[in-house]
Amino acid sequence: MSEIKAFGPKNLPLEEFFAPGHRACQGCAEVLALRLALKALGKDTIVANATGCMEIISTPLPTTSWMVPYIHVGFENAAAVCSGIEAGLKALMRKARLPRKEIHCVAVAGDGGTADIGLQALSGALERGHDMVYICLDNEAYMNTGIQRSSSTPYGAMTTTSPPGRLSFGQSTQKKNVAEIAVAHGIPYVATACPSYPWDLMKKVQKAALVQGPAYVHILSVCPTGWRSQPEESIELGKLAVASRIFPLYEVENGQYRFVPKPPKKIPVSEYLKRQGRFRHLTDSMIEEIQRNVDEQFRRLEAKVRISQEASSQEPQE
Amino acid sequence: MGKRVGMEVSIAIAEAACQANVDVVAAYPITPQTHIVEHLSELVADGHLDAEFVPVESEHSAMSVCIGSSAAGARTFTSTSSQGLALMNEVVYIASSLRLPIVMVVANRSLSAPLSIWNDHSDAMSVRDTGWIQVFMENGQEAYDHVFWAYRVGEDRRVLTPVMIHIDGFILSHMVESLELVDDEIVKKYLPPFEPIHRLHPDKPVTMGAFALPELYTEAKKAQDEALKASWPVILQGWKEWGDLTGRYYRPVETYNLDGAEVALVTMGSMGETACEAADRMRAQGKRVGVVKIRLWRPFPFQEIRKALQGVKVAVVFDRCISFGGQGGPVASEVRAALYGESPRPRVVNFIGGLAGRDVSPGDFQNMVQEALSREDDRQENYKIYGVRE
Amino acid sequence: MAKPITQILWTELEPGCVIVEPGNAREYRTGDWRTMGHPKVDTERCVKCAQCYIFCPDAAIERTQEGYFLPNLYYCKGCGICAHECPVKCIEMVPEGE
Repeated sequence: MSEIKAFGPKNLPLEEFFAPGHRACQGCAEVLALRLALKALGKDTIVANATGCMEIISTPLPTTSWMVPYIHVGFENAAAVCSGIEAGLKALMRKARLPRKEIHCVAVAGDGGTADIGLQALSGALERGHDMVYICLDNEAYMNTGIQRSSSTPYGAMTTTSPPGRLSFGQSTQKKNVAEIAVAHGIPYVATACPSYPWDLMKKVQKAALVQGPAYVHILSVCPTGWRSQPEESIELGKLAVASRIFPLYEVENGQYRFVPKPPKKIPVSEYLKRQGRFRHLTDSMIEEIQRNVDEQFRRLEAKVRISQEASSQEPQE
Repeated sequence: MGKRVGMEVSIAIAEAACQANVDVVAAYPITPQTHIVEHLSELVADGHLDAEFVPVESEHSAMSVCIGSSAAGARTFTSTSSQGLALMNEVVYIASSLRLPIVMVVANRSLSAPLSIWNDHSDAMSVRDTGWIQVFMENGQEAYDHVFWAYRVGEDRRVLTPVMIHIDGFILSHMVESLELVDDEIVKKYLPPFEPIHRLHPDKPVTMGAFALPELYTEAKKAQDEALKASWPVILQGWKEWGDLTGRYYRPVETYNLDGAEVALVTMGSMGETACEAADRMRAQGKRVGVVKIRLWRPFPFQEIRKALQGVKVAVVFDRCISFGGQGGPVASEVRAALYGESPRPRVVNFIGGLAGRDVSPGDFQNMVQEALSREDDRQENYKIYGVRE
Repeated sequence: MAKPITQILWTELEPGCVIVEPGNAREYRTGDWRTMGHPKVDTERCVKCAQCYIFCPDAAIERTQEGYFLPNLYYCKGCGICAHECPVKCIEMVPEGE
């Protein structure tokens, strides 16, 4: 692809690159995000996938749901394997052993395989500047192994290794902001997305693929199994996450922040939290604390967007 | 014939990778491998080698990058030692079970703790069971030659298995040796371009690294086991073809002065030359001592060991690594296993030494032989760490 | 059509257990997972907005020639996202057998 295709109801991307028959849970928004991302990337894509939900549900020998070339190696090295594919193709094309062709090298990993065990490999790949896309499918815990906490688990959430109990109230730390870590690497494109906004997600993934150099897309993936929510509400929950500012949607292009799409009307975090069993144990004061924190984080994000707007409006016109 | 030069072995190995026209080099620096990777970096920077040099952020990522690259169909090279090899351990297993013909030169160095940058075989033994084809080099010429051999064998469609070349750290890696570099013409005749059976490319999408249920994992491992066994003829063919082109023929096991020998020293790696010197001295004293030098470590040459040790009364096996809680040294274990069904069979006496680069002289080998002959008890568990101060 | 896993011989595996048939998971009937019902579409009220199509995690909604979107019960897991998201509420989750 050399330009972004605007997908929408009138311009449906009908080709599937991820075959049904996969073993994802009912209502899994993570596999939906993957399905949409692959539609955006198209057939000239190679995927390096970390161990996790998506890998397990899609590749039970002898069958596979993948319609594009795919490799799974380990838990922490999706970014490294993807770097290797990119380097290999680059060398082979330059040495005329493969015809020159634009092939998207994409790493796909969960929050565990990105924020925790995969952080080093991600950082290395971003720093080396490979022409690749890293997609983090964030369901906010180690879901595949049975809902254990990760550094991406939000404050107060119940997981099997951050259970609320007499001496604990659930996850005691704040969610690690990997998108900001990616921005700190100075890469050309970082974005957050959610499959509840499908056309936006697909556009961002396309942009990430088209940009020269590393791109990082962080996708909030509602997980009814781990979040203890209703499977049919997975899309709605994503919208609530965005509207409550818990997961703002934005892009950072060469360090310039923009809200994409425009933030919807604000709703209180309790609207989002109360729909999920993993937050059932929260007290009112905890919810207030979460609200304060979310508001503070969003203020800082708004400030960055404002600074970016001011900086670009001050740029001398050629 | 090729060009004779005085060259540091690490540099020669890098030159070999360059002549082999590798496509991707992904490595992380660790003593004493550094010169190999530094020189490759220079070769790429000066345009002598058209390759992607990926300066990874850890050895685990080094092997992961190699897997991605090899899966895309690129000829891939890496190198490491000791802690680096230990760090990439899980990925080393994956490289061979995914059947990707990566070539890795390991500058053997002892494993922590305590930290040591000097040579022994403990790092190699930590990857003994990973399914790679593994060879131990005795000198720099071998190391240089085997880079080509490794690609020739590993990338063969009948094999498709990664190859590890073990060189003693510092002792070989940093030694300036008189060796012969082959002409590019020879390399061209010997080494065809890499054409994998499966590669990652949108023209023919495949899935690599799927997960296997208990119902299928056994079959997967059987397939891998058979593939490694089936690599034997290609291993031998690779050596024969190299010999025909260069005059240097290699075998899984080399023997030295074994005719009528009562005692055989069994070594692996650069110690072989020292052992040969010791054997010469002992022969001069009238003792019937010869040497068996193991070159092919995996797949282990059971038959060749049995053949070499036929008629020998005592096999003094020298290990540069301890297998804690086991029989002493891994090489001694394998040799004993090879001899188990033989009748009669040599008494196997195991000495462990040369740990973390401690020097082993011909005199030391003479002492070991003397002690082995004076001992009568050859119980499996009775290994001895040679030269320890106590 | 892949053989049942318990009948695959080691000789039938590709080197490295590579799977050479892309998307052959298609043969697995995830429709058997349904317990709570399946979606039923009233095409009279459908406005062809494609929300159900784009939101189905299992790609189990297919577009017809006329541009309507109907569930593929071979794969549909009955999660109910389509019914929940339909802006004109023309999809209803009905018990199995209807």
